[in-house]
Amino acid sequence: MGSVDEAVRLHNAVVLLGSFPALAEASLVVKKGEIVLISGANGAGKTTLLRLCAGLVPLARGEASVLGFNLATQRKEAQAHVGMLGHANGLYLDLTAQENLKFWGAVVGASSREIALSAQRMGLHERLLNTPVAKMSAGQRRRTALAILVIRRASLWLLDEPHAGLDASGRDEIDNILREAASVGATVIVASHELERAGALATRRIEVVGGAIVERGAQ
Amino acid sequence: MTQNSISTMSIARAIATKDLRIEWRSKVLVNQVLPFAGIVMVLFAFALDNDGILQRVAPGLVWLAVLFSSLIIVQRTFAIESADNALDAIKVAGVSSAGVFLGKSVALAVQLLLFECVLVMLSLVLYQVQLSWGGAVLLVTVSVLANVGIATMGALYGGLGAAAKGRETLLPLLLLPAVAPVLIAATRATESAFGVSGATLGEGWPWVALLAVFGALFGFGGTLAFGVLTEE
Repeated sequence: MGSVDEAVRLHNAVVLLGSFPALAEASLVVKKGEIVLISGANGAGKTTLLRLCAGLVPLARGEASVLGFNLATQRKEAQAHVGMLGHANGLYLDLTAQENLKFWGAVVGASSREIALSAQRMGLHERLLNTPVAKMSAGQRRRTALAILVIRRASLWLLDEPHAGLDASGRDEIDNILREAASVGATVIVASHELERAGALATRRIEVVGGAIVERGAQ
Repeated sequence: MTQNSISTMSIARAIATKDLRIEWRSKVLVNQVLPFAGIVMVLFAFALDNDGILQRVAPGLVWLAVLFSSLIIVQRTFAIESADNALDAIKVAGVSSAGVFLGKSVALAVQLLLFECVLVMLSLVLYQVQLSWGGAVLLVTVSVLANVGIATMGALYGGLGAAAKGRETLLPLLLLPAVAPVLIAATRATESAFGVSGATLGEGWPWVALLAVFGALFGFGGTLAFGVLTEE
């Protein structure tokens, strides 16, 4: 399903949340190495589109493949290559940032050096690393979650409002990380309301309108 | 190295270590669950204020207190996953569901074992039960095997209910009937260990064998079913 240079291929994909079609016959092709910005009103289906690509919601009808894996039959295989940062950060609040990173390092097989480098990259210095996540600010939690995403070494990055809660330097650092990931072949899909910032980062923009995808062209 | 090449046992170890570290730091077991179980046992003693009856029903009371308290422990172990949506992060990472299940089960079993040690001590004092050396060996064996059954079922149904609406009320409805055979077998074996209701030590060991079968079945079935049941 799909050609080898495609990271995502949706054809008339339908996702139902209860009986409501959150995605209604959505079609999309994303090439490897692209940075795609998804815009759209609240409730239009941006998050559902990301969750479908992450294999977190089932496909009701149509076809969907990610990195060549059919999401209807090979969801687990696809997920091993996908990293997602949603509205929540996926952190353990009682653990320190360092312990969260070490846990994910153990789960995905990252070395201590990779963990240290990703922490350094996201500006997680020693004092912050030893702070319980529950006591961190929203921006510090976001940085920790992004450091985890870096050690996942995903081929497809799915980010839902990644700039939320970050200060200017944190936002710049995210943009740099995403550009770098794309430059080495990763594909990045970002859902954002901050069109100016995310638009500058993206190579292409699409809009989700009432569960359908509308092409807005190259940036 | 990719996630696919990480062994199930390595993932189980990481999950169990993480859960126990969180418990050690938050002290929910010590500060909330143990006092709850202690109050339940004291209330049983007040309600059945007769030494003869108390001694006779002590094994059942201990295991009922364990089961009710295990609901809180199971809910807690999955609440830490849903607090910041870490369970979704684990799913997206394509982490082996068998590893998650085994890790959760081991962490639950360790917590339950420590918890039972305190409850059994309390029952010896509150309900004035005598325990011989042979009875102590039987009781330790029963506790370990019953824990395997409760922990594996707890991990399975806790994971199933974690993403469901009304999970606080759903878990008891799912878990308590499933672990009823463990309650029966553990209570009968503990009667033999305590030497109450005319039960002898020898009568307790067949129940231990039954607990071992339950533990193996629940562990094996849970390892296979966890991924499928928690997928959506």
